Amino acid sequence: METVYVICVGILTFCGVFLCLRGRTFSVVVGLTMLSYAVNLFLFSSGRLSLDGAAILGMADKYADPLPQALTLTAIVIGFAMIAFVVILALRARADLGNDFVDGSEPLDSDKLVKPNRGKA
Amino acid sequence: MTLHLAILPILIPMIGGLLMLLPPFAGPLRYQYRRAGALFLMLTQVAVSVYLMYVVVQNGAIMYAVGDWRPPFGIILYVDQLSAMLVALTGFLGLAITLYSFAGDDREGKYFHPMVQFLLVGICGAFLTNDLFNLFVFFEVLLIASYTLLIHGGGKQKTAANLHYVILNLVGSSLFLFALGTLYGITGTLNIADMAMRVTQLSDGNQLIAQAGGSLMLIVFGLKAAMLPLHFWLPQTYAVASAPVAAMFAIMTKVGVYCIFRVYTVIFGEQAGELADMIQPWIWPLAILSIVAGTIGALASPNLRTLAGNLVVVSVGTLLIAFALRTPEATAAGLLYLIHSTIITGALFLIADMLGQQRGKALDYFVIARKMKQQALLGVMFVVAAMAVAGLPPFAGFLGKLVVLQSATNTDYTAWVWSIILISSLATIVALSRAGTTLFWRNTPSHDAAESPGISKWQLGGTGLLLIASPMLALFGASVIEYTNNAAEQLHDIPYLLEVMNLQGDAQ
Repeated sequence: METVYVICVGILTFCGVFLCLRGRTFSVVVGLTMLSYAVNLFLFSSGRLSLDGAAILGMADKYADPLPQALTLTAIVIGFAMIAFVVILALRARADLGNDFVDGSEPLDSDKLVKPNRGKA
Repeated sequence: MTLHLAILPILIPMIGGLLMLLPPFAGPLRYQYRRAGALFLMLTQVAVSVYLMYVVVQNGAIMYAVGDWRPPFGIILYVDQLSAMLVALTGFLGLAITLYSFAGDDREGKYFHPMVQFLLVGICGAFLTNDLFNLFVFFEVLLIASYTLLIHGGGKQKTAANLHYVILNLVGSSLFLFALGTLYGITGTLNIADMAMRVTQLSDGNQLIAQAGGSLMLIVFGLKAAMLPLHFWLPQTYAVASAPVAAMFAIMTKVGVYCIFRVYTVIFGEQAGELADMIQPWIWPLAILSIVAGTIGALASPNLRTLAGNLVVVSVGTLLIAFALRTPEATAAGLLYLIHSTIITGALFLIADMLGQQRGKALDYFVIARKMKQQALLGVMFVVAAMAVAGLPPFAGFLGKLVVLQSATNTDYTAWVWSIILISSLATIVALSRAGTTLFWRNTPSHDAAESPGISKWQLGGTGLLLIASPMLALFGASVIEYTNNAAEQLHDIPYLLEVMNLQGDAQ
């Protein structure tokens, strides 16, 4: 179980970091979402992974650490609000700046990358 | 009242800010009500925080268990002299920028005053809390308020700068949570005082993980504090924000610096066994390079706001040097410098805005433009601010830098600290005098200055409040130094912290 969990968190983090480094706000927003998922899973695992454990003492033989669950819940709420804010901000930037680039303008050489000169010579 | 005194600096702006969103205050035409409300709240905040400071000096540090959950389980607010001082400083700066904004800046959007109150909630909470996760929550509160304040007034430049600022800080928050998860997984606690005890009892393997978590946290605090190489967002962001907002942001980098002081003195300080002073070798070069980068930036700035932004980076570097010396004396010197640099960089942003109002399209750029209407008044204010920020006597900037230099004598780093701080001060003077020469003396001859708007009494009051604070700090220098000395000693006194927290019982 731990191995699968670790791989999941790792892949999510990797995708998140990769997407955050992209030039357009859309991918960056998706990247931030991925990162916050990864963070939530990571925080949850900080109380150790255990199956069939209740978070309340005396309800079961085994019990799980309740604090990381509370932390994750808080982190989810905050992360969700922040993602909502950045989506609105990205839309506003799209309207104000006229494009979807994080830097507010198209990088100089991106024309060639996006629209390769097909058919000519 | 006194029982719950410790939480009042958080509750007042929170409840006040919420009330200001409701009918008697809401709506674009009710701005007078909002102004009165904001002024009342700010005055209350200042009064409460000064009283809090008085109580802490008289009776020692206060431990406030929220919901009466005792440490190490509940969320604990811990008010020592350092936190009380910073809360009072925040209130003072907030009062000044609220007064300044009455000149009209607050009418560019409906939610200026409530948002400033929420920003205060976050900043005061971050200063008062003694719980790492709670610190994260207050960081987010202050950040979301700062996102909306940064875009206050609207415009292309603000949107572009805000996008960078928001994305950068969201990544920073994720890193913060990774660091928290790591530290919680290893130590099983989030209470700073409790964690300080637990890190000494870790096994070798776990120490390595704790070190990774602690270092990750340094990146987060460094990002907030604008420490090199994480400072690139700052000059641009501060330059586009509207003046009162930029002035209020002057305290936000200090939140990062405060967290570095608190966490790496208490948790990873000298008593932390194997992990003692683990980040000190990193802080040294970063602090010195921050000063160098800020100074070069100041020399190269095209306008006064960017110049002030770069001076913020310089002040952060100086504070980090005070941190890296790792003695209570150096910390005390740093605190004195912190109060002063926050107030004066705030004032510089306000002065830049007033200059810009009277120079037409040239704004505060260093180009030849028409003569200002109130040249003499603005000139005096600029000279006072410039001398104070560069550290010339008789202002408190001189005192702050002098004490930092003094605390660095007879250490291995004396040569480094002295040369870098003195050279950077000289370069700052050069940059500021070049700026002043262009702004005030190189005018186009013909233009009529009469049409530009005068400085309103609110603007004058807000800026004056900040500027007067500097000579006042120098005048009452002895008592201020005494206070910061005590605050620094309290910060370094971990057994005292554990005693206040009632934690020494399970130390062994």
